[in-house]
Amino acid sequence: MKTLVWVEHDGATVKDATLSAVTAASKLGEVHLLVAGQGVGAVAEQAAKIAGVGKVHVADDAAFAHALAENVAPLVAELMASHDAFVVPATSNGKNVAPRVAALLDVMQISDILSVEGPDTFTRPIYAGNAIATVQTKDAKKVITVRGTAFEKAAPEGGSGAIEAVASTGDKGLSTFEGQEIAKSERPELTSAKIIVSGGRALQNSENFHAIIEPLADKLGAGVGASRAAVDAGYVPNDYQVGQTGKIVAPEVYIAVGISGAIQHLAGMKDSKTIIAINKDEDAPIFQVADIGLVGDLFKVVPELTQKL
Amino acid sequence: MKVLVPVKRVLDYNVKPRVKADGSGVDLANVKMSMNPFDEIAVEEAIRLKEKGVATEIVAVSIGEAKAQETLRTALAMGADRAILVQTDEKAEPLAIAKILAKIAGEEQPGLIILGKQAIDDDNNQTGQMLAGLLGWGQGTFASKVEVSGETVKVTREVDGGLETDSFKLPAIVTTDLRLNEPRYASLPNIMKAKSKPLGVKSPGDYGVDVTPRLTTLKVVEPPKRTAGVKVADVDELVAKLKAMGVAK
Ligand SMILES: Cc1cc2nc3c(=O)[nH]c(=O)nc-3n(C[C@H](O)[C@H](O)[C@H](O)COP(=O)(O)OP(=O)(O)OC[C@H]3O[C@@H](n4cnc5c(N)ncnc54)[C@H](O)[C@@H]3O)c2cc1C
Ligand SMILES: Nc1ncnc2c1ncn2[C@@H]1O[C@H](COP(=O)(O)O)[C@@H](O)[C@H]1O
Repeated sequence: MKTLVWVEHDGATVKDATLSAVTAASKLGEVHLLVAGQGVGAVAEQAAKIAGVGKVHVADDAAFAHALAENVAPLVAELMASHDAFVVPATSNGKNVAPRVAALLDVMQISDILSVEGPDTFTRPIYAGNAIATVQTKDAKKVITVRGTAFEKAAPEGGSGAIEAVASTGDKGLSTFEGQEIAKSERPELTSAKIIVSGGRALQNSENFHAIIEPLADKLGAGVGASRAAVDAGYVPNDYQVGQTGKIVAPEVYIAVGISGAIQHLAGMKDSKTIIAINKDEDAPIFQVADIGLVGDLFKVVPELTQKL
Repeated sequence: MKVLVPVKRVLDYNVKPRVKADGSGVDLANVKMSMNPFDEIAVEEAIRLKEKGVATEIVAVSIGEAKAQETLRTALAMGADRAILVQTDEKAEPLAIAKILAKIAGEEQPGLIILGKQAIDDDNNQTGQMLAGLLGWGQGTFASKVEVSGETVKVTREVDGGLETDSFKLPAIVTTDLRLNEPRYASLPNIMKAKSKPLGVKSPGDYGVDVTPRLTTLKVVEPPKRTAGVKVADVDELVAKLKAMGVAK
């Protein structure tokens, strides 16, 4: 089987999520990559070094600069004439593009796979991860998005893929990129952080969130996450949200501070290796999944913890 | 401009899903079912567009069993004008749903179709993007702000790194994220009024769409269970644990 993996990048570097998708794709067969963007020569060279990669198709055109699905999907659909599976990391860009490709190919997409059980059989979470379904597809071509936390990352070095330019399918004139507000942070990215400190509604406001959660995170070199309640209340931006409808994370250590443990939140972090919960309510559901629990007032214990580390 | 809002009937988000012992799926017998939360947000957004004078008519659509009528009545009680139920007992997949919706869009000629970003039962996150692909329209997915002006819709989208704003030529597809708005509750008088609003019943065959699934579910199991660990008495004990784990020096 020949697979085409969509490379997630920021115009300069290949994003880690791509490496997990490569691992998933390699379980299906030969791995080809697609780098679409503008001025992506360096990205393509980096992508070609990923271990196990065959061809790297490069579509360099302004139409692909911001990964607009309206322009990228027709390009992919064309390349799929010579591939059997389109494999995409389940990032926001990936989730935006893949179903549009599936519709153009008349294929039912398989979202967020956790494992490859056979050439046409996969497992995937449903109901916020409260159930795991094994599904088999009847479609000849496959369109798959890959949950990053479920697959090892392919080695970023060691490969020698052949770079090949592909003709642009052009700008379809349906959509225009207007701008973005991308938070810049010195802290590790949530989806690849080894340690995450997350804060919930209990923080009460943005000042407390910064004053209490961030020093602990900085002491541990951790990424910072949040519950939806904290994001909705405006303590932190939307990209901090962990959960069913936010980011899926699985760090070595996840520290939940003042988070109750609603199933939608657990869906995003319950595969963390060690879960530590700090909550003043000893019956909070988060303690049912926590390896280490500390019952206490976060305003007292978190500063003390930060200081003693 | 007409706005189409597809709504799905799903297990209520407050109910803990139970996997059936025979591994065939999640038990939906005698449990509370509700409108998918993202679809409530979609209905609310359509109503706000109507209140602003941008939308003229709101048509809610659901594909599913006869009981999906309840979900459509909820949409009507919130403020939709009319509803269409495409009735089928088959669990139609996003691709088939998108095909039916594309046919309805052909008949209704909406300026905007607002869907949820994902249905919280199967967590597919596909239908809006597929529909956009089938229709050849733009897709403003994961929206946290929607502004219609003239022939375009500007959508602020929740993406991995933060927010991205894109504009799309109308007609277009929008899919909602959680922070787009806070849906209203239907008032009692509006619930009464909704009972007499028009609700047409169709079948997938009326649209010439085959809803036979492409995916076969071989089994559904519970994920590995996490068990509660230990409680530490104080911060010192927690620090000791973190040191033992090598997390702290
Ligand atoms: C469709 C849908 C999708 C959703 N997706 C997500 C998602 O992706 N991610 C997500 O997180 N949520 C999601 N939610 C929301 C989820 O249901 C919960 O509402 C949310 O997770 C609650 O956040 P919280 O734990 O911070 O707040 P709360 O549930 O209010 O919990 C606050 C906790 O803090 C504790 N506390 C209070 N004061 C202190 C103190 N001084 N010291 C210590 N502890 C204290 C309390 O005991 C309580 O346990 C979703 C909901 C819906 C409907
Ligand atoms: N059976 C259905 N009837 C009507 N709308 C649906 C149906 N299934 C999905 N949708 C719409 O598509 C969105 C995304 O669903 P999904 O792609 O299944 O995650 C939902 O939020 C609904 O707006």
